[in-house]
Amino acid sequence: MVENMLDVEIWRGKETGRFETYRVPNGSSQTILDVVTWVQRNVEPALAYRFACRVGMCGSCAMTVNGRPRWTCRSHVSKVVKSGRLRIEPLYNMPRIKDLVVDMTPFFEKWQAARGQFKPSITRFDPMERISPDSMRRRAVDAGIECINCGVCHAACDVVAWNNDYLGPAALNRSWTLANDERDADRGGLLSTISRSGGCHSCHTHGSCVEDCPVGLNPAAGIAGLKRMTLTGLLRGDLG
Amino acid sequence: MTDARLYLLQRATAVLLAPLVLVHLGLILHAVEAGLSAAEILQRTRGSIAWATFYGLFVLAVAVHAPIGLRNVAREWLAWGGRWLNWATFLMGVLLLWLGARAVWAVVGGGL
Ligand code: SF4
Ligand code: SF4
Ligand code: FES
Repeated sequence: MVENMLDVEIWRGKETGRFETYRVPNGSSQTILDVVTWVQRNVEPALAYRFACRVGMCGSCAMTVNGRPRWTCRSHVSKVVKSGRLRIEPLYNMPRIKDLVVDMTPFFEKWQAARGQFKPSITRFDPMERISPDSMRRRAVDAGIECINCGVCHAACDVVAWNNDYLGPAALNRSWTLANDERDADRGGLLSTISRSGGCHSCHTHGSCVEDCPVGLNPAAGIAGLKRMTLTGLLRGDLG
Repeated sequence: MTDARLYLLQRATAVLLAPLVLVHLGLILHAVEAGLSAAEILQRTRGSIAWATFYGLFVLAVAVHAPIGLRNVAREWLAWGGRWLNWATFLMGVLLLWLGARAVWAVVGGGL
């Protein structure tokens, strides 16, 4: 019996490089990450790629598979394969280091630029604030907080590709959770930061980020929320 | 000017333009339907404060709205940025204002 095989094209190189094709056994229930690992263990020991947890927690295994960004450890081959073929490349919108590995520095710099850090309003010696789990703001935070920093939405976003300054869906989703955090000391500063060139107003709300986010977050909705918040801030006069 | 301000201006002028454009289109249809000649149209618009206000507002709103949209297109598709982009946006606004004001003057002027 002829073994059921997959034709897998994998990017080799940096910004310039080529696709190499590998024949990989098509096991049942295997993930894209399993396929890449099989190639590295059996054919191409020098193949570079990233992963850590293999269970969709760490966000390090994202790659472009058949044109779409995905978390490869939780993407089953059967769901994404097209006529027995897979084309695996590094994530878009980030510099390529080697093979399937990208440099995520620009991605995380966007988080810094979007003021992704929490600014406390009290010290450790004060009693903890009580935030009702049912409050509107707390629920908005809940809806956005489970980001695993995988970069999939950043790679999926056309505006990130077009506009170097654009903070991108993941960083702005972080800003949105902070803007809804009652304990944050400087919402005004945060809103001013994301109102600069390349901030939330650059988003086209076309939703590729929502479509591809593997954990089902909706950065586009958060960004729309930020736009509303900045407009209210402007009209009230407490935003530069 | 921050992006938030530009965004606000663009949305506010869009709200203004929505009814103005509808009236403007209705007017074109009406003029065609009624078979009005250029002279007959001018007769109605010359010296009319109402039409001067209507189209004056229209031109102002366009001169603010359109350059902001073009600015976004230029930034994304031509990778323009910084001072050049601001100047280009401003000049576009001035150009539209000038062209629009000339057109408004042509239909309501002479009699005002
Ligand atoms: S909705 Fe906004 S952030 Fe999401 S992909 Fe589109 S432009 Fe990017
Ligand atoms: S928002 Fe979703 S796609 Fe974007 S980095 Fe977070 S988990 Fe990944
Ligand atoms: S390896 Fe951790 S999310 Fe895929």
